[in-house]
Amino acid sequence: MSMDINTVHKVARLAALDIDDAGAEKIAPQLSNILGFIEQLSEVNTEGVEPLANVVDIELALRKDEITDGDCREKVLANAPEETQGFFVVPKVVEQES
Amino acid sequence: MAQLIQGNTGQWEIVIGMEVHAQVTCNSKLFSGASTAFGAEPNTQVSLVDAAMPGMLPVLNEYVVEQAIRTGLGLNSQINNMSVFERKNYFYPDLPQGYQISQFQHPIVGTGTIEIDLPDGTLKEIGITRLHLEQDAGKSMHDQHPSKSFVDLNRSGCALMEIVSEPDIRGPEEAAAYLSKLRMILRYLGTCDGNMDEGSMRADVNISMRRPGEPYGIRAEIKNVNSVKAVQQAIEYEAQRQIEILEDGGEVVQETRLWDPAKGVTRSMRSKEEAHDYRYFPDPDLLPLHVSNDQIENIRKTLPELPDQKKHRFMNDYSLSLYDASVLIAERKRADFFEAVANDNDAKLAANWVINELLGILNKNDKSLEDSPISAEQLAGLIKLISDDTISGKIAKDVFAIMYETGDDADKIVEEKGLKQVTDTGAIEAIVDTIIAANPDNVAKYQGGKDKLFGFFVGQVMKETQGKANPAVVNKLLKEKLG
Repeated sequence: MSMDINTVHKVARLAALDIDDAGAEKIAPQLSNILGFIEQLSEVNTEGVEPLANVVDIELALRKDEITDGDCREKVLANAPEETQGFFVVPKVVEQES
Repeated sequence: MAQLIQGNTGQWEIVIGMEVHAQVTCNSKLFSGASTAFGAEPNTQVSLVDAAMPGMLPVLNEYVVEQAIRTGLGLNSQINNMSVFERKNYFYPDLPQGYQISQFQHPIVGTGTIEIDLPDGTLKEIGITRLHLEQDAGKSMHDQHPSKSFVDLNRSGCALMEIVSEPDIRGPEEAAAYLSKLRMILRYLGTCDGNMDEGSMRADVNISMRRPGEPYGIRAEIKNVNSVKAVQQAIEYEAQRQIEILEDGGEVVQETRLWDPAKGVTRSMRSKEEAHDYRYFPDPDLLPLHVSNDQIENIRKTLPELPDQKKHRFMNDYSLSLYDASVLIAERKRADFFEAVANDNDAKLAANWVINELLGILNKNDKSLEDSPISAEQLAGLIKLISDDTISGKIAKDVFAIMYETGDDADKIVEEKGLKQVTDTGAIEAIVDTIIAANPDNVAKYQGGKDKLFGFFVGQVMKETQGKANPAVVNKLLKEKLG
């Protein structure tokens, strides 16, 4: 499968990546190569084979419903570019009215 | 009760499916040990998992799984032995991971049904499509600063159950009845507090219009509908909006719209459209969740009697009407209160006193049953006095008012105020004779055919006895004496 430049732009937008046409032109054949490589897997006949979630035969770990964490606001906010009164502060994001 | 709307070009049917997000009642978050308590200082109930710090791994809360299964059983639904957590990818500042962990292809609960009670006294079944577990996002505040938004992650990672209905709902009343019944079931089960003001329950409404009997039309999804009343208003508005578009020959756009409660309109959220490509994939940090039939059966054993079971039992065992039964089962505590009053008493009388008198006055004073100054035992005591003819129903209302004020027992009040009903025929007869002797004109008129004057004589006797004469005895004596 080959990636065209429009698909590259769409994927970039969904991943919140800023990419110009030159960048997209460059990356399109690279992504196509990767996809082609992965597509080889479809040559294997998997009919009737259950999807494998994990190669190790273990069950999902569960925890008790107990409060064991939190109350560490300083750590949580330590990397915030901006904070005030205990809140993260970000550029305004509101749903646009049409 | 398929409600049809008359447009300019014919009739339209509203088709509605609902997605309800219910916050699971539990102490800690879905995948971390941070607290879920409401109303804490911003960002104080956030673990490094909830803040999506690199390298942090989610560990599933076993009690939340149990709560989801309990809810599924309460919705008469299929519980899936295997479910899978997937990542739903989108960007928003209150979603630090850049994805929400949710269930997509393999939810924990599959199809089921619930019964809703409609205003006209009929019942209708609404299909449940699925229930899945997912993380809540944080909360953004946009009104604190002209160019900035503030983010609080306390809610980030709280466990939600998304409950999806089939498009079986046909109008605003049915939608309201569905939401109310769902809330009631969750509260009975103790799996969600149903507090819509605090956002513990939030509804998204999918609406489309069609000509009766035709295939489904294109739907719009309305978000931010956070009360039963808002659901009704949003549906009414949106139905009209879509009918106008369709009758003008246009097409409804499949999109997400936001309900604006202040303006009473829905408006497009176009910014969300592109984000609808969520690129789900199984979360590599979490293995599939397996639950055994034994686990499911053990949880089934812990289920309380559910609202509809209780409703039918009240109707069968106590001979209550559908209306009375529906009012009494609306809250589990209310139903328990009624049963404590009805214990050893006339059940219909008990239902009347609980619904019309007690709930009436509590409602008027903006109080809940938990604040009632009259306990179930005290109300039962009052009803006993009515049943054994110690006091009349009319005096009972006065006693009830005093009980409500003072919190005293009914027999104490009746004793102290000397309110015991006079059933002594001799005493009443003497009074009846006096009244008849004192009103020769009215006696003549009554005997001349003015039947309505009978009430006058009853009133006079009651006045003379301060309402304490047994009404049946008074009626009987007056009938005899007046001829």
